[in-house]
Amino acid sequence: MAEGTFGNPAIVEEELDILLIGGGMACCGAAYEVMRWAEAVKAESGKELKIKLVDKAAVDRSGAVAQGLSAINTYIGPDLDPADYARMVSNDLMGITRDDLAYDLGRNVDDSVHLFEEWGLPIWKTDAEGVRHDGAEAQKEGIPSLKDGGKPVRSGKWQIMINGESYKWIVAEAAKKALGLARIEERIFIVKLVNDKNDPSRISGAVGFSVRDNTIHIYKAKAVLLAAGGCVNLFRPRSVGEGAGRAWYPVWNAGSTYAMAAEAGAEMTMMENRFVPARFKDGYGPVGAWFLLFKAKATNAYGEDYMVKNKAMLDDYPPYGQAAVPASCLRNHLMLKEMKDGKGPIYMDTVSALAKLRETLTPKEVKHLESEAWEDFLDMCVGQCGIWVGENIEPEKKMSELMPTEPYLLGSHSGCCGIWVSGPEDLGAPTAADGEYDGVPAHLPRGWNWGYRSMTTVKGLFTAGDGVGASGHKFSSGSHAEGRLAAKAMVKYALDNKDFKPELDTPAAQLAEEIYKPVRNFLEHKDYTTAIDVNPHYITPKMLQMRLQKIMDEYVAGCATYYNTNDKMLAVAEEKLEMLKEDSLKMRAKDLHELLRAWENYHRIITAEAHMKHIQFREESRYPGFYYRTDKNFVDEKNWHCFVNSVYDKNTHKWTCFKRKHTDLVDKSKLFKAAAH
Amino acid sequence: MPTFVRTEKCDGCKGQDKTACMYICPHDLMKLDKDGSDTGHAMKAYNQEPEQCWECYSCVKICPQGAIEVRHYADIVPLGGSVQPMRGSDSIMWTIKFRNGTIKRFKFPIRTTSEGSIDNYGGKPMPKMADLSTPGMFTGTSMNGYRAGKKEELIRVK
Repeated sequence: MAEGTFGNPAIVEEELDILLIGGGMACCGAAYEVMRWAEAVKAESGKELKIKLVDKAAVDRSGAVAQGLSAINTYIGPDLDPADYARMVSNDLMGITRDDLAYDLGRNVDDSVHLFEEWGLPIWKTDAEGVRHDGAEAQKEGIPSLKDGGKPVRSGKWQIMINGESYKWIVAEAAKKALGLARIEERIFIVKLVNDKNDPSRISGAVGFSVRDNTIHIYKAKAVLLAAGGCVNLFRPRSVGEGAGRAWYPVWNAGSTYAMAAEAGAEMTMMENRFVPARFKDGYGPVGAWFLLFKAKATNAYGEDYMVKNKAMLDDYPPYGQAAVPASCLRNHLMLKEMKDGKGPIYMDTVSALAKLRETLTPKEVKHLESEAWEDFLDMCVGQCGIWVGENIEPEKKMSELMPTEPYLLGSHSGCCGIWVSGPEDLGAPTAADGEYDGVPAHLPRGWNWGYRSMTTVKGLFTAGDGVGASGHKFSSGSHAEGRLAAKAMVKYALDNKDFKPELDTPAAQLAEEIYKPVRNFLEHKDYTTAIDVNPHYITPKMLQMRLQKIMDEYVAGCATYYNTNDKMLAVAEEKLEMLKEDSLKMRAKDLHELLRAWENYHRIITAEAHMKHIQFREESRYPGFYYRTDKNFVDEKNWHCFVNSVYDKNTHKWTCFKRKHTDLVDKSKLFKAAAH
Repeated sequence: MPTFVRTEKCDGCKGQDKTACMYICPHDLMKLDKDGSDTGHAMKAYNQEPEQCWECYSCVKICPQGAIEVRHYADIVPLGGSVQPMRGSDSIMWTIKFRNGTIKRFKFPIRTTSEGSIDNYGGKPMPKMADLSTPGMFTGTSMNGYRAGKKEELIRVK
């Protein structure tokens, strides 16, 4: 093969059975599961499945867990029921989630957590006297592992504490060992899925480019797992200088999962949903341990606990405000009231919380407590420590500000946007016989199962983690488990379709041309002006991103408007996004790094457009505290207790939004009965 | 500049098979300036897009020379503090220096097994192809983590 150049990249084509796109928790889970089934297939049938994982970064530190974590947020344990978990997910997301997906995750997730511990992840334990030990100490003390009945340290009903600096490193080691290095390609950014030439409702592969050398990679595959994270930086961040990188969710999550799936024709779901975490201001350090482990209170500037003071506001949103733990968005709703009333800043009262804990502790325990508080940040959000040291904040002496962030789109944390997937068959989910709203396009499946767990409405295209919509609260462990569930179904799909020969609907040369378009724009026009960044023939990816962020912030309920929008503002955004999408064809790339940014920002635009269209279609404000439609500022259970789904036509560039019926598979009323807690 | 590379410490990973920071950065920020045309410092690495840095410390932790540090976001943070790790095989040591000179040190475990020792499928069941159609994972109940759930909770299952 001739070596590629920047102006003329080489093209490498490869044919696979199974392609995994991404290297985060979901794809690491998929890698671990898929290879064991592949071994079984080989042992029984002699057939060797061709499998590859492609990551735009390095698997050791890619995805949302790259930095590490201080807790595993989904661990069911022996005492809770998967149904309890499905109920919690539902209420936190204002009643519109798929119980089949949440329940299935709930019954399987602990398997992955037990594996993590076996692989070497230190998990905090509580001993028989109720004293807590870090993960390494617990092992030395002979406290049993979770698998063998050891008791985790709960920092909430569903969360357990870990020493998780190397969490991803450990999970990646298992994934890499399972696959073997020959099946892993790093620093290749997949930018497009390709449908099948003979059946547009089927996937035939994916294409991308190397960010290290001038090579286009074209993969044909029977089954593709698209698990490339959520979407960050589609809204103008609160910090716009160097701090723009200090997003709460990883800044490299560019909406690739949503954009590529939508362009391939996959049915999207709940793209109106977003997450606006309330976090330590500017550093976005985690608050969970402070609330739940250290029992700190959040107050307004005058020391008032706004959750108590504004409690009556929860009654505006029955039943979701009336559960023991109100939905995350409603907690923001109560905080925003204080901010809008001029009672800010909002504080986490770390001083009183630690003082109270110190009353009953020995000096040694106090030292340990201080260490735990710092580890909470150091394991997963060092940037917050950077702020504390710069501002001389010692939490026992000085309180820290809290702030709701810019909006994020994701399906694995406290959010539920994503792709509509086929669920498990044994949980009583609706079938085609249950009926559906008018307006669901005829080519889409009815019911919640169409053959393969985690398959999207495009045949052969699967997803997991942030990709699976209408669920949420999977976090790291759940994303790993969900990747495993998808992987198993993909093996079955690949075997059931063993004679299918994928054919790309677009010739390789044309795909290469489309991918390198920003490079062409640059090479063709760069000498027109003396300074390469200002040129009427192209736009830099960075400026295009800022334009997107400005539109989203000002018209689609960003921080600038206190998360408010309305039908008129959305109409303006719609027009501006249309032009932005047209101009994305004029992005330039002066090198491979900028080509990476160009495609990431294209993915952000498609994701942002889906978000805007869904908010426009849903004529209510389902997530008060995350966004408000001021022209429809209420939750309308009668008309909108339903999913909003959509499909995108990559040829006409148009979205079609429609309703899908919501059905409970577990009894939600238990959330609102005192006895349930 | 979020991460920065100390000129006199960075050796461009000359003796290694790859430039460690460039290999690991999840956002493709670290770059080896081979001929010095970008920075004036040939064969040394730098952060090519500091405003996109998540301060995830992946490069800081992996650098074999300890050449990478973090100057926290200039548009947010007052100068003078620093947070620097030393990552070993089973634990990580953090040295935290406040703007006012206060210093704290913490050590936390990072893994309980030695790196590279994971025995992926050791002691795990080998599934049968026929199990591909049943719910659950290949590990079945062997990890003691499958939570079957109470049947009566599923209100639509007859």
